[in-house]
Amino acid sequence: MASKSFIKFNVNGRDVEVPFDERESLYDTLRNQLDLTSVKKGCEVGECGACSVLINGRCVDTCIYLTKWAEGKSIVTVEGLKDEKGDLTDVQKQFIKEAAVQCGFCTPGFILKAVEIVGDNKPYTRDEIKKLIAGNLCRCTGYMNIVTAIEHAIYNNMKKQGKDYKLADNYKVYLDQGEEAKNKMTDELLLHQEAKDAQVVKEIFNNK
Amino acid sequence: MDYVGKSHIRVDAYGKVTGKAKYTADLCPKNALVAKVLHSTIANGEVVDIDISEAKKVPGVVGVFTCFDVPDIEFPTAGHPYNLDPSHLDPADRKLLNKRVRLYGDDVAAVVAEDEVAAVQALKKIKVTYNEFKPYVTARASMQDEAPVLHPNISKSNCFSHISFKSSNDFNYDEAKKKAIEKYGEDNLVEVCANIKTPLISHCHIELPVSYAYVDTNGKVTVVSSTQIPHICRRVVAHALGLPWGKVRVIKPYIGGGFGNKQDVLYEPLCAWLSTQVGGRPVFLEISREETIVGTRTRHPMDGDVRGLITKDGKYVARELVNYVQNGGYAGHGASITAKCTGIFKNIYKDELGVNSEAYTVYTNAPTSAAMRAYGVPQACSFSEFLTDDLCFKAGLDPVKFRLENCADENSITGDQKFYTYGLKKCIEEGAKHIKWDEKRKAYQNQTGNIRRGVGMGIFIYQTAVWPISEEISAIRMVLNQDGSIQVQSGATEIGQGADTVWTQMSAEATGISFDKIYVMSTQDTDLTPFDFGAFGSRQSYVVGFAIKTCGELLKKKIIDRAVDLELTKGKKADELDIKNNNVVDKSGATVVSVGDVAMNSLYSQTKAEHIVAECTKQTLTNTFASGCTFVDIEVDMALGKIKINDIINVHDSGTVLNPALASAQVHGGMSMSLGYGLSEELLIDEKTGKPLNDNLLDYKIPTAMDAPDYSVAFIDMKDPTGGFGNKALGEPPAITASAAIRNAVLNATGVSFYQLPLTSQRLVAGFKEKGLID
Amino acid sequence: MFDIKSVYEASSVSDAVNHLKQDEDAIVVCGGTDVLIRVREGKDAGKALVSVHNLAEIKGITMDSNENIIIGAGTCFYNITNNDIIKANLLSLGEACDTVGGPQIRQTGTIGGNICNGATSADSASTMRALDAEIVCVGPNGERTVPISEWYTGPGKTVRDRCEVVTKFIIKKENYKGYFGYYSKYGKRNAMEIATLGCSVLVKLSGDKSTIEDVKIAYGVAAPVPSRAPSAESFAKGKSISDENMYIEFGKKALSDMNPRDSWRASKEFREQLIKELATRSLKEAVRRAGGKI
Repeated sequence: MASKSFIKFNVNGRDVEVPFDERESLYDTLRNQLDLTSVKKGCEVGECGACSVLINGRCVDTCIYLTKWAEGKSIVTVEGLKDEKGDLTDVQKQFIKEAAVQCGFCTPGFILKAVEIVGDNKPYTRDEIKKLIAGNLCRCTGYMNIVTAIEHAIYNNMKKQGKDYKLADNYKVYLDQGEEAKNKMTDELLLHQEAKDAQVVKEIFNNK
Repeated sequence: MDYVGKSHIRVDAYGKVTGKAKYTADLCPKNALVAKVLHSTIANGEVVDIDISEAKKVPGVVGVFTCFDVPDIEFPTAGHPYNLDPSHLDPADRKLLNKRVRLYGDDVAAVVAEDEVAAVQALKKIKVTYNEFKPYVTARASMQDEAPVLHPNISKSNCFSHISFKSSNDFNYDEAKKKAIEKYGEDNLVEVCANIKTPLISHCHIELPVSYAYVDTNGKVTVVSSTQIPHICRRVVAHALGLPWGKVRVIKPYIGGGFGNKQDVLYEPLCAWLSTQVGGRPVFLEISREETIVGTRTRHPMDGDVRGLITKDGKYVARELVNYVQNGGYAGHGASITAKCTGIFKNIYKDELGVNSEAYTVYTNAPTSAAMRAYGVPQACSFSEFLTDDLCFKAGLDPVKFRLENCADENSITGDQKFYTYGLKKCIEEGAKHIKWDEKRKAYQNQTGNIRRGVGMGIFIYQTAVWPISEEISAIRMVLNQDGSIQVQSGATEIGQGADTVWTQMSAEATGISFDKIYVMSTQDTDLTPFDFGAFGSRQSYVVGFAIKTCGELLKKKIIDRAVDLELTKGKKADELDIKNNNVVDKSGATVVSVGDVAMNSLYSQTKAEHIVAECTKQTLTNTFASGCTFVDIEVDMALGKIKINDIINVHDSGTVLNPALASAQVHGGMSMSLGYGLSEELLIDEKTGKPLNDNLLDYKIPTAMDAPDYSVAFIDMKDPTGGFGNKALGEPPAITASAAIRNAVLNATGVSFYQLPLTSQRLVAGFKEKGLID
Repeated sequence: MFDIKSVYEASSVSDAVNHLKQDEDAIVVCGGTDVLIRVREGKDAGKALVSVHNLAEIKGITMDSNENIIIGAGTCFYNITNNDIIKANLLSLGEACDTVGGPQIRQTGTIGGNICNGATSADSASTMRALDAEIVCVGPNGERTVPISEWYTGPGKTVRDRCEVVTKFIIKKENYKGYFGYYSKYGKRNAMEIATLGCSVLVKLSGDKSTIEDVKIAYGVAAPVPSRAPSAESFAKGKSISDENMYIEFGKKALSDMNPRDSWRASKEFREQLIKELATRSLKEAVRRAGGKI
């Protein structure tokens, strides 16, 4: 039997020390010891990306990463994402706005990958985005709206820095109600959800 | 309509982007025991003996159970509505663990342990002795007399179903051909005969099938599961354990995709039984990706001989399909998928002299095939669309014009299922316009060189829901809160398709209560949520739509009646009142009283208090056809056999589009699935051993983002008179035609017909070499 | 949770070697993207893992005073692709590393593991073979350097002893200076693939860029181990780059050196087609990169 030990690392902005069995993957530890259930299991062999988290800012599959290796490192899961105002990050908002979420099981992994991509501060094209997210599998969306959501998040990030970035317009969705309507809908939804979840939202955004 | 038809943002998106949405594994109690299943290492045979003595000694093992220990009950697993006519019940052909091994990876024993490692170590120490038979993997092989009969209780031969749907009882293709020659002369006819094969494929929902079970304090066997069909799951678990149905409770949280795999009851019965064997303690059973690919369900591989006859001026004269369907080790949905395939092939075109569509469904030593998105129709449309394009190619006809002349029309399908609205030809016209069909067909003539471009298309027709093959009902409950908001409860499930959002839109439309004040209960719980069969057959929005409309109107009437009764309406009578935007309003639209005030006054009245609740059950007795098509523009790298998609569009005739943004997103996903079907996905089984060769996500190739083109989507928005909100099927149809359209585009680009999906580079290169197109 | 006996995080290479020596069940793990999968499959279940995952001494890329390039074995694929020395001098190696698995795998998977697993399909291996890389291992008997041509002993097998840790790879100046490379990978999908075939070509043109002065071609999956195609190499030397037939002939010659096998992943015939076609295409691309006008 392998022995129990403790690991010290920073998880979602907090320094923590937790017990773990040294046979554990980081997937096991984040879910079982820290209850971070957004980290999902889809293949256990680094093929699907559902268990991705950010380790020191880079996206890694936790199913094939020993917990021990994370000693002293900084981990981010979607539970830890928030912008400077404690609101959803733009990446999360874009996923909502662009209908990039369906069953939602692969979503946390994609969002973390997108956070890494946007954080690169590079004007990636749609094809480059596709290459960067090719380690995350999704069976519901066909990826298109995910690529668009990331593209829009890059656009907003570039705009904030006063840089140019051209959104591609190489596809067409008929019956689309346009960008303005979508933005309005997102705002409405967020208000709606926050009213419903006021208590939990407060907890997430203010206490962590 | 105020809410339906608008691109409302998903109601569950917030929970899903924050990681707050909980799926089955996220909810499992920490003290749960872990169960693991031992699978057979042979594909055909019997378990003679199992030695568990060493396994039981592994520290942490709580129990080891084998096929010799389970109840002597055979049960069905299909997510079909129950039928009071015993002849319509699904085959009850498996036990919780099986002595008779019918496929490689069959379930023969299970371990329950304190943790996963102990369970895995114990599995390795179980010694099984088999009496092994030769495996018969394919339908044709397993139909041979020498193949041992896999389910003698169900059928005397491995072929457990033979069906034949004909245009008329006396139709015979060869006779029709003779007649056609007499009528048109041989020179004026074109015939194509081909054998077409479709692959065995896996659903690959990203969440693995997972459940946990415990015996509750009231004695109920409770199963929390990632299932599309909680109410059916309850019935099957009860059946498998020999319990009264009410003794079982099934709870379904958020689910990470299903696509039909979770329309079968998978490991829930075993998980529930294992809990009863360890004193009712919670038992967690999550299978691996490999177990999912091999041991749950798959899409049927079909092997069909097709024949088609047309006149040179472009008229379908006769068609035939004789289809050999590999069903795998267990029946799953039995022959119903074959039946749907057979029916669609028959109905998709009009044949002057008739059609014979016929199929044999066969138990074989392969993974069990059952429901997968579009239920036999991707296969049907492979047969019909390959054949049609080959005929057009041979006769020099334009595939678009030919289809416009010969495809099913508004009157060609008669009976209980028919087109109440018809948009197929309009879909074809829209698709052709988008892809610039005529222009490109001209431009792509007589190409040489290594890169060749082509355009292709495929059409489909698809029923909405399952009536009258099975019963169709849905029940809805709406509960009014003190603030004028409501809970909507349904047994129909959100599986990623957007059901909760669309229910919210429909409920707002039906009640006059605004979108933000409607809370659809996302978790289904057979003890709490009203009855519904669940997510399958592109049925839910249609069937639930009727129920929500009726229930919403009932709730509205109750609120208005209470308002009148409580003298809140300034003397106005019920027939003068309506509810709009959370208020009871009069005919001029002026607010009389808010719904919240009615709720408060009703609930807290000292003398006539009442909790306002509406509930109704709605049975659906119509079934309307949806239809549509894919158009694609591709290029083929001849020497490497690689296909690149330059442009692709799906056009759908699905009635009123309930939520265009979510509908488009759903179509993208279906198109992507069909691209995988057409280009890269096939689960390979070694025919000598029955062993799967590529049962993981590296070797089983679903499309990655780099394989995904940008998709175009269009809808022919036409309100269907039968739908609660004018809608028709859309969940499954997007997954049908992209593969056939690509195959037909390869024919256009290269002049070579391929008859086996997926169109792998290896197949293309071999085909091009055979035709001398490459060295 | 993995079915393993223990995990030991080594403090240095020599510490790792000592621990490997002490326990017969011990195996070395670095990125984990192969070893942990083998553990899960049961092939390496019950092993004692000696980890060099976080060892800084085996990470990073440097150029020594002789302009030899030294690649730490523990450097992950992502860091190789994005390294400036690699981009300027060994572009095709960086590109080959950029085709391994998906982006997440490339963050943790290392070039050391890719060469140590002995796989003919390893994406970095064919380019390393074309570059005549030297492999430095440290074991109980000290350090030794093995030319990559002597490294592989069979499918999944190398000359590395269980107790040895590969610490770095040396790419000699004469093997890359003036050469331009191209790596072609064929997989069924465009990402997340084990190569069905990989082909790496390095070419050096004459001063006037009209003829091929030297060429090296190495394959993955065309034979049981990553292999060079000597007949193709000697054929192309001195040939004019403007002769279209030369490229086709180069592919045919390469095929004559290879012996691909039939498997469920790909037929022998299809692999043969890929061997020819990828050689032709890789050579053309490499020539273009070298400034040749075809």
